[in-house]
Amino acid sequence: MDFLTFAIERYNYWIFITLMMMGLYVVIARGNLIKKLIGLNVFQTSVFIYYISIGKIVGGTAPIYTAEDMEQRAHDAHGAEILSGKDPLGQGAIHADDSLHDGFALAGNDLASLTGGAHSAPAAEAVHAAPVDGVNEIFASPTFNMEEPSAPAAEAAHAIADVIYSNPLPHVLILTAIVVGIATTAVGLALVVRIREAYGTIEEDELQSADEVAEFGSAQSTAAGARA
Amino acid sequence: MTLAAQLPVLPIIIPLIAAPLTILMPPGRLPHLWATIIAWIVFAACAAILNSVATAGPISYHMGDWGPPIGIEYRIDLANALVLTLVSGIAALVFPFSYESIRSEIGARQLSLFYAASLICMVGLLGVTITGDAFNVFVFLEISSLSTYALVAMGANKDRRALTASFNYLVMGTIGATFFVIGLGLLYQATGTLNMADIKIQLAGQSNRMVEAGFAFILVGMGLKAAMFPMHLWMPNAYAYAPSAVSAFIAATSTKVAVYVIIRFIYTVIGADFAFTAAAFNYVLMPLAIAGMFVASIVAVFQDDIKRMLAYSSVAQIGYMLLGISFGTEQGLTASLVHLFNHGLMKGALFMVAACVMLRVGSHACNGYAGLARRMPFTAAAFIIAGLSLIGTPLTVGFISKWQLLTAAFDSGRAWAGFLIVASSFLAVIYIGRVIELMVLKEAPEGAAPVKEAPLSMLIPLGLLVAANIYFGLNTELTVDLAERAAHSLMGGGQ
Repeated sequence: MDFLTFAIERYNYWIFITLMMMGLYVVIARGNLIKKLIGLNVFQTSVFIYYISIGKIVGGTAPIYTAEDMEQRAHDAHGAEILSGKDPLGQGAIHADDSLHDGFALAGNDLASLTGGAHSAPAAEAVHAAPVDGVNEIFASPTFNMEEPSAPAAEAAHAIADVIYSNPLPHVLILTAIVVGIATTAVGLALVVRIREAYGTIEEDELQSADEVAEFGSAQSTAAGARA
Repeated sequence: MTLAAQLPVLPIIIPLIAAPLTILMPPGRLPHLWATIIAWIVFAACAAILNSVATAGPISYHMGDWGPPIGIEYRIDLANALVLTLVSGIAALVFPFSYESIRSEIGARQLSLFYAASLICMVGLLGVTITGDAFNVFVFLEISSLSTYALVAMGANKDRRALTASFNYLVMGTIGATFFVIGLGLLYQATGTLNMADIKIQLAGQSNRMVEAGFAFILVGMGLKAAMFPMHLWMPNAYAYAPSAVSAFIAATSTKVAVYVIIRFIYTVIGADFAFTAAAFNYVLMPLAIAGMFVASIVAVFQDDIKRMLAYSSVAQIGYMLLGISFGTEQGLTASLVHLFNHGLMKGALFMVAACVMLRVGSHACNGYAGLARRMPFTAAAFIIAGLSLIGTPLTVGFISKWQLLTAAFDSGRAWAGFLIVASSFLAVIYIGRVIELMVLKEAPEGAAPVKEAPLSMLIPLGLLVAANIYFGLNTELTVDLAERAAHSLMGGGQ
């Protein structure tokens, strides 16, 4: 039952994994070069969904840097302290005791305890106390400036649970990746056009047999083991 | 705001602006001269960076003056300064070299496009090396890969199989890059930052499945790009059917850059002190490296096509580099870095010879090399010296890196690995010796058209590269000392 809830709550990750596998399967199993490219596209797109997933933060606010934050960050010797103010994982609710979560419940808890700063303790508690029914709790992204008031932890948790916030950084990254994906598809399709002009087919096995005929038909080349 | 302060960004900015201008130029000498000048300027900048890093310590350049970890940081220490110098140096030699070869292989009409794509490819490789931002690595990687796909496909004028080779490379390369992005996503999820140095700080004490998965994705993705042994299948075809000058450039640089990224992520980003990196060393990198050394060398022995043989040899040589990394010691890392640099020199020279032979004889099959020592003595001599270097004969760079690797193997208590290195070197003796025998002892086939020596514009860069093979074999101050210091700082010691 626990596992089921755990699995269903992370449905977007299942979508990501399914799409990824479908894409890879099409790339490997299909002989038609256009279909291969489409599979490649599906594969790349699945990663976009993953990045957009990790951008969503339950209970986060916009990362506005103040001069103090910058200074703190710049002067921080070992970097652990900087986490205290911003809850780097933005994890709405992760039960440290839930063994199923071990793989996912990363750093948050460890780091929070590592920091051990005076004002990081309530923040960590608030995070732990946040409601479990949040859609996707394991999103990890920096939510800077999430200074927790020293008010009771539960109250703070309710306050931040209402905030719906998406970290813009993964979105920007994915915009870049989309551009890269488009460029790849364009180059790939251009190659397919050239292959079709040169061979008259875009089926992989026909291409291979055409190459073999050309290779063994000519007297010059006898590379039997040459085909990789 | 002097030029010197902007030095780290020059190797990226200059060719990036120069590349679109190249397309506007009329095909002919002009784009060639332009690209050559740009490559030499970039090489000068990289040498200046190397000099500055070697004397004054690592450089941190903040893009747009946004400090890390928010802004993009170009962080240059000795390890990437060495790779930067290698990439720009090879470009500075291959670009002047390529004119005659490219004109005959892909036609004069596409010269401007060729040099534009080459410049972009160089930008990408330099960018991957120079940046201190993990996502930036992906972007530059794809910039270089996309232009490489186009460059490989330009071989279609000679052989249509270049198209399918390029397509397969595109599919494999994209899968590799996407794996790399997934890995980055996982690391980002665990740390909330993309700056390499910052990721390392945030990862401290985090040893969990997400970081492990991220590391695995990055290793597989980069392994694909680096043609790590079982993932090398795109490479022989791509190198064999690409225009010869392109093979010379990418064989000497692109896989090396991918190996550099593996080193960078293992040591600077993830850190070698995690249990799973040790496991990756012992159970993934080392067996695959050794398997690659032998399988690829054995396959190389049976190749009829010289360029394909050299490509398989590259897979084996990548194995040596990964083996050095997998020892997990400072010496092993030094050996890897030295071999990375040296292998760029020797493989560049060997592929340049293949380009000369292709130009004059018109073939890169074994038959074309018969009696070459009498017909093209200088080219044949270059092949012999670079080939001996590949085998690891004393007085050449190959010996230096094999020696480093052997010392590292014995000192880390893996004497068996040392013997395997020597054994696989004998395979190199076979496949290189086979070609040398053809060139020196065999007569040219009867009725073969008489051939001239390659033009001077190709022989001079080739001669320089071969000279570098000997020079760095005698004077190890630059490579070994710098690599030792680089390895020391990568392993966490101070400069």
